[in-house]
Amino acid sequence: MELAKQNSQIVTPDSYMQELTTLNLGPTHPATHGIFQNILQMDGEKIVSGVPTIGYIHRAFEKIAERRNFYQITPLTDRMNYCSSPINNMGWWMTVEKLLGVTVPKRAEYIRVIVMELARIADHLICNSILGVDTGAFTGFLYVFQEREKIYEIYEEICGARLTTNMGRVGGMERDLSPVAIQKIRDFLKNFPKVMTEFETMFNRNRIFIDRVENVGPITAERALNYGFTGPNLRAAGVDYDVRVMNPYSSYQDFDFEIPVGTKGDTYDRFMVRNEEIWQSLRIIQQAMDNLPEGPFHADAPEFYLPPKQEVYRNMEALIYHFKIVMGEIDAPVGEVYHSVEGGNGELGFYLVSDGGRTPYRLHFRRPCFIYYQAYPEMVVGTQLSDAIVILSSMNVIAGELDA
Amino acid sequence: MAELTNELLVQTLQEKFGDQLFDMHEPYGLVTVTTTRENIIQILQTLYDDAFLQFQFLTTMCGIHYPDSKGQELGVVYHLHSLVHNVRLRIKIFFSEDDAVVPTATNLYATANWMERETFDFYGIRFEGHPNLIRILNVEEMEAFPMRKEFPLEDQTREDKINTFFGR
Repeated sequence: MELAKQNSQIVTPDSYMQELTTLNLGPTHPATHGIFQNILQMDGEKIVSGVPTIGYIHRAFEKIAERRNFYQITPLTDRMNYCSSPINNMGWWMTVEKLLGVTVPKRAEYIRVIVMELARIADHLICNSILGVDTGAFTGFLYVFQEREKIYEIYEEICGARLTTNMGRVGGMERDLSPVAIQKIRDFLKNFPKVMTEFETMFNRNRIFIDRVENVGPITAERALNYGFTGPNLRAAGVDYDVRVMNPYSSYQDFDFEIPVGTKGDTYDRFMVRNEEIWQSLRIIQQAMDNLPEGPFHADAPEFYLPPKQEVYRNMEALIYHFKIVMGEIDAPVGEVYHSVEGGNGELGFYLVSDGGRTPYRLHFRRPCFIYYQAYPEMVVGTQLSDAIVILSSMNVIAGELDA
Repeated sequence: MAELTNELLVQTLQEKFGDQLFDMHEPYGLVTVTTTRENIIQILQTLYDDAFLQFQFLTTMCGIHYPDSKGQELGVVYHLHSLVHNVRLRIKIFFSEDDAVVPTATNLYATANWMERETFDFYGIRFEGHPNLIRILNVEEMEAFPMRKEFPLEDQTREDKINTFFGR
């Protein structure tokens, strides 16, 4: 006891305890899946504080949108959360439709639901399989990327593009589901559950995986709400907020599905919530395919919906509308509208202020990533460096959405 | 507990705040009110603490610029959400370009931190009391506030593009 006292006098606390290392995690670091910089203060392996720097791929979408007409803004939304572009596209069209007062026919809404849920599956698959890679399991990643490829083939069949889809039109879709697309969706529904079960068998009860992710980066429901969390990250903390249920859009009220919630809001809960959401998305797609209504795939709104190209060559009105739409000369009312959809990462909102011109007066994107990434320093303090990587990938921070 | 509808919300707001709120309307089903920057924090606090309303979720917040309305050029738009009732509310404040200072909401919402930094970054609106008000998406050396309307997106000396035909 006496000796310990003597020693503590010789070695004062500030002589060894406050020796901190500054570590630049990023901007280009192989384990961060994007351009994120975090300046970490480390005490050995332990993180004492973190300061994120963002904006490395800022492309000024909000400013660009002020000079683009409504049709030219979808490609911008593609590039926000590029893991689930169709959700962004559809969210934007629904915002425009709300402003213009266009009613979308049932079939188009169901097709949109199918596409959005496929996108959600792709988004969650990437997040969860990359989480596996970060904990040292590469196999699951390769397994599910084959299925993600199938989803991209379906996109290709629907709109011609794979990653940045630029899908949809005001009032519906640009074309109907082709027989090939329907066949591919049916094949996907048939084959995917097997792969997903294998993926889950590999991770869910895996002792090594659980040891790495359980109780890592937990957040309470109160803090999560105060930080503006939405989507799977909020649901992992135990709050059942889902835009699809709270403010149903695009006929989500027709479908029977559940919202999975976690309890602790840690990395394992986030992983499990995303896995379960994939199953629920499959259920929704199955129901939408079974009950796909007959009818038109776009609204009868010639002043907003591009006419078929053959018509443009033969028909006077079609030519006029084609010209006006391409030049952005549509009659947008003066007003402001906020619309939100459940994106891959949470509530993706569009705040559109129109002054009656051909472009938005102001367009603000509520990007869920941008809003919840600010909780990252709080979540990593006290954890180890390897945990910081796992937390980052389990939060599914997408650089494009973060920086817009 | 009674269900909170937009009519009830408007009525409650009028009872609670009276003249502090004006220009109350409901575009596309979302109650929108305007107030002054002197009152905004107290209003947000009251809405947050109110046992019935419970507007405790700040969905988003952004700046807006109307160069033509003199003395009221800049604005901040708050979108609040009462998750218990599933009712949204939009609150706006407007003030002069020369005196763009707004009290911060970070004491109430942790999420306001980056939102306010973003608003400062793009509109030059200073948030009084913010813990770390620096640029967030643009480079720190930047001097302009790029989302203001006086900064055109394209080169204004171009002659091949006429605004009358090609939009703003």
